[in-house]
Amino acid sequence: MSEVIELHRPSPAVEVRDLRKEFSRRDKKAGRFARKKRAALQGVTFTIERGECVAILGQNGSGKSTLVRLLSTLLFHDGGSAEVFGHDVFSEPRPVRKLVNRVSVEASFFKKLSAGENLHYAARYYGMGPRETRAKIPAILNKVGFPADRRNEPMENLSRGMQQKVALARALLTSPVLLLLDEPTTGLDPRSKLEVQDFVRDVRRSHDATVLLCTHDLAEAEALADRIGVLDRGELLFLETVPEVLERFGVETLEEAFFVATGREFEAEADGDDEDREVFA
Amino acid sequence: MRAAASTLRAELIGLGGVVERNVYLTRRYIWWDLAFMVWTIANTLTIVFIAKGFEATGGEIDVNRATTTLLIGAVVWAYLGIVFEFMTETVAWERWEGTIEYTFMAPLSRAMHLAGAGFFAVLYGLIRAIILFIVVALFFDLQMPNADFLAAFVVLVAGSLAFIGIGVMTAVLPLISPEKGAQLGFVAQGMLLVVSGVYYPTEVLPRWMEWLSVISPATYVLDGIRDAILDGDGLSTMWDELWPLLVIGLVTAPLGLWIFRRGENYAKRHGKLKRSG
Repeated sequence: MSEVIELHRPSPAVEVRDLRKEFSRRDKKAGRFARKKRAALQGVTFTIERGECVAILGQNGSGKSTLVRLLSTLLFHDGGSAEVFGHDVFSEPRPVRKLVNRVSVEASFFKKLSAGENLHYAARYYGMGPRETRAKIPAILNKVGFPADRRNEPMENLSRGMQQKVALARALLTSPVLLLLDEPTTGLDPRSKLEVQDFVRDVRRSHDATVLLCTHDLAEAEALADRIGVLDRGELLFLETVPEVLERFGVETLEEAFFVATGREFEAEADGDDEDREVFA
Repeated sequence: MRAAASTLRAELIGLGGVVERNVYLTRRYIWWDLAFMVWTIANTLTIVFIAKGFEATGGEIDVNRATTTLLIGAVVWAYLGIVFEFMTETVAWERWEGTIEYTFMAPLSRAMHLAGAGFFAVLYGLIRAIILFIVVALFFDLQMPNADFLAAFVVLVAGSLAFIGIGVMTAVLPLISPEKGAQLGFVAQGMLLVVSGVYYPTEVLPRWMEWLSVISPATYVLDGIRDAILDGDGLSTMWDELWPLLVIGLVTAPLGLWIFRRGENYAKRHGKLKRSG
């Protein structure tokens, strides 16, 4: 990108204060025109320092994706504030968009287009011209381990693991200083999962990127993150290093910590309230 | 100054990216596009044969003039349909493919994003319109000895800014209603053309619809193209059609963008800016 966005120093990479978001949906049980509100995020406050990797754990419907969408400028909030490198996410979306990129759980591409085609046009949205992408795209696809002889195949012909590698390549192509990973390894086979996790480690080392990883994989969070937080029904219960979490709750595993903190098993079935929340998140 | 130039450069590259993406998609779906073209030709023929059919059943009519009039109306209808289709797909297709979040979180301004979609829609629509006109004309022994095709083309291009502006307004509909929004774009197309005299002079419309025809850009496009092809009117005599088109375009383009932004903000407030709506 040719433009320089001012990174307000010494601002942290992400500063979220009392962030709130609620959604309103029709409540047919209460009446034809009745609506009910559900809080997807309730007064969430945390900070991510530059170069840090923070993992936010939570069950389905806990608010992880809502948090990522808010920081991606795709949602308006209902209270509180969020800043990325000193830029307000809601009043200064344009500079924030230049600093941020993300990988989501779904491989979001035009399925009939090839990896190369998807990356070429996506790079243009970030101001990267043809000369720049001609060199960068093959290099980044190579870096994520994407085979050169498959670059012209439609994305729909690729495995989920391969598609997720292209998603990582797309996110890194724009050299983001904040990388938002929203369950990037969900649904991948074990080998692909490890490859993606290795790549995230490599990205932190080589790009000095700050990473917010949202996941419901406890082992992945423990393996990649400097600090781990738990979102439960829109509330951030804690955000600390793993030893601090285990000590605080007097347990030996993160799963036990979740149980002590919430009174529920981490892998427990969602109740009706959580199922409502899952629709909103 | 340097920052502004840099920003403009990035924006123009982004606009080019939207066009580039649509070129890739057209290439990948080319056989479907050709099939759709065949359907459009068949559909246009059903309309253009009406004049000959009227004569065959004993009616007295200037078949050549009537056929050409119907052909012009059908080509403009098809062109407008393509422009609106591409504009509503700005959201609808992206939502279906799941790319909507990535596009809307990119730093490309919404104006340039929509301008790119509009630019491609006009380019693609013009190519299709020219092919459609030529192919259908070949089915008839049409006499157009005085036709000024350049003037007709300029009028169509001049009306395109207004069509894009209205198309942008319809592009917001899938943001508000993921399920039905895209279809409403075709409703807008039909309503615009019925008051614009697509197959008949606007004078035959009820008085209140004639008033509406005054603010429809399609009215001036149809009038201008018919004058150019049927009567050989050149660009120098087209000012009565061109100035309303430019004015309507200068109004609808920013108005369309304003409406789209309101729709986008609504979608952001209610969490509709995602693949599943």
